[in-house]
Amino acid sequence: MATSDYTLAELCIAAASEAWRGDGEILASGLGLVPRLAAGLARLTFAPDLLMTDAECLLVAAPVPVGKRPAGYRLPVEGWLPFRKVFDLLWSGRRHAMTMPTQIDRFGTINISYIGGTFEKPKVQLLGVRGIPGNTINHPCSFFVPEHSTRTFVARVDMASGAGYDPARWQPGVRRDLHELRRVVTNLAVLDFGGPDHAMRLRSVHPGVGVEQVEAATGFPLARAADVHETPAPTAEQLRLIRTVLDPHDARATVFRS
Amino acid sequence: MADKRRTLPEVVAELRDGMTIGIGGWGARRKPMALVRAILRSPLRDLTIVSYGGPDVGLLCAAGKVRKLVFGFVSLDLIPLDPHFRAARQAGALQVMELDEGMIQWGLRAAMLRLPFLPTRAGLATDVERLHPDLRTIASPYADGERLLAMPALPLDAALVHADHADARGNAQILGPDPYFDDLFCGAARTRYVTCERIVPTEDFAAHGCLHTLVLDRGMVDAVVEAPLGAHPTACTPAYGIDLEHLKAYGAATTPEGWADYRARFVDVDPAAYLAAVGGAERVRAIPPPIF
Repeated sequence: MATSDYTLAELCIAAASEAWRGDGEILASGLGLVPRLAAGLARLTFAPDLLMTDAECLLVAAPVPVGKRPAGYRLPVEGWLPFRKVFDLLWSGRRHAMTMPTQIDRFGTINISYIGGTFEKPKVQLLGVRGIPGNTINHPCSFFVPEHSTRTFVARVDMASGAGYDPARWQPGVRRDLHELRRVVTNLAVLDFGGPDHAMRLRSVHPGVGVEQVEAATGFPLARAADVHETPAPTAEQLRLIRTVLDPHDARATVFRS
Repeated sequence: MADKRRTLPEVVAELRDGMTIGIGGWGARRKPMALVRAILRSPLRDLTIVSYGGPDVGLLCAAGKVRKLVFGFVSLDLIPLDPHFRAARQAGALQVMELDEGMIQWGLRAAMLRLPFLPTRAGLATDVERLHPDLRTIASPYADGERLLAMPALPLDAALVHADHADARGNAQILGPDPYFDDLFCGAARTRYVTCERIVPTEDFAAHGCLHTLVLDRGMVDAVVEAPLGAHPTACTPAYGIDLEHLKAYGAATTPEGWADYRARFVDVDPAAYLAAVGGAERVRAIPPPIF
């Protein structure tokens, strides 16, 4: 990317933080480095009411910086959130999580379970469904995919670890109104699910990226928003917060290895 | 009052081939590892394991003890995926029931409450539902008529959990920041085994922690085993953290030679020799709590 004053990771963090705009007083969970920094950035800028955790079992009044903590650092604890309360909270809908799927399809169905082979004998075992089924059907979810390609944006996922908008996967009578997939941020673009039947739709392309390039890197037909634009650059204040408050040791430099 | 103190071999001798065994803790945190290693040294086989999986599951897989696994993940926390679990899956060696994390606690809760199932939305509209035809859905009998997944009870033959303190009668104290679902594992099981850092007099509990740390009462526990540092290499916060160095060596031991070497050094040894092999009690007690 032909710019010198911010990195692709910083652009993605700022774009991903927008996922939580308007969410109010719910738990913001960012699983993975960029989602975590994005949630923290949202909390420190336009979404001061978001709840955050220390990624273990404590609610904290301010985002916890990534990596080694300065001498004398004290967690700003404001509550207790052991796993049993996590399930109560997320099944009650008071959470918006951003996770990093290995595969995602046109309707936002994601896979973190396995790739290739069969369910009985996978070629590559991944994490397992973890909490994704309960997350996706109970509260808003967004995604970050650091490598936008036809290997990650696929026509059909090897396993549907989460609930997407694909009408074929929903039985009659299952509540769909609690299900919301909000935003997908990648190394190339920002997408949402505003296409026909909630299909994935291109909202913005990152500086230096063409619409056709995004479409070629996507393994299914991609809807286009009427106003596809360039992803806004992070502001000076956003960069300051990312660099000095949220990620002082520059762990984000490892997100895009090239 | 019954004296419920037992040894690791005595507990293992009560377990049987083919049992369904639930293991408490979460990932690389507060797992009854000394007891798991004792199972590895026994001839037990064909086990069904229910666990928020960590190296407990990985070790049992590596040793060929598992016929069926009920899981949502098998993680070493700071290493996202247990390599021994991955190898067993990719060899097609396991029957699996892959469930949402929340479905597992729901199934344990149903078993504890002697209910056939509890309703949930988790799993609907995903392959968790499609790949397990034995998972059924039901329609709400009320006006809403909503279709829900009926998470079946997950009854256990035995539960294995690790606590900080227990008394000889089976009351147990967990000082760590999260009790995980150890009470549900015990509630769902016919026989409940607690290993602990130290067996203490009942009247000492209050001096060690607040009332909220008294997680397991003696009506939920059949046997207690004193197993100091018995959660290693997983964390038993605040006593010691995750031994990442050990978990890396464990995770790298997936070749037949590597596993044989790991097993000889860390499994087929008594607890004192194990402790010496991992660097001694002082080293383990100095491992700081994990930062996530």
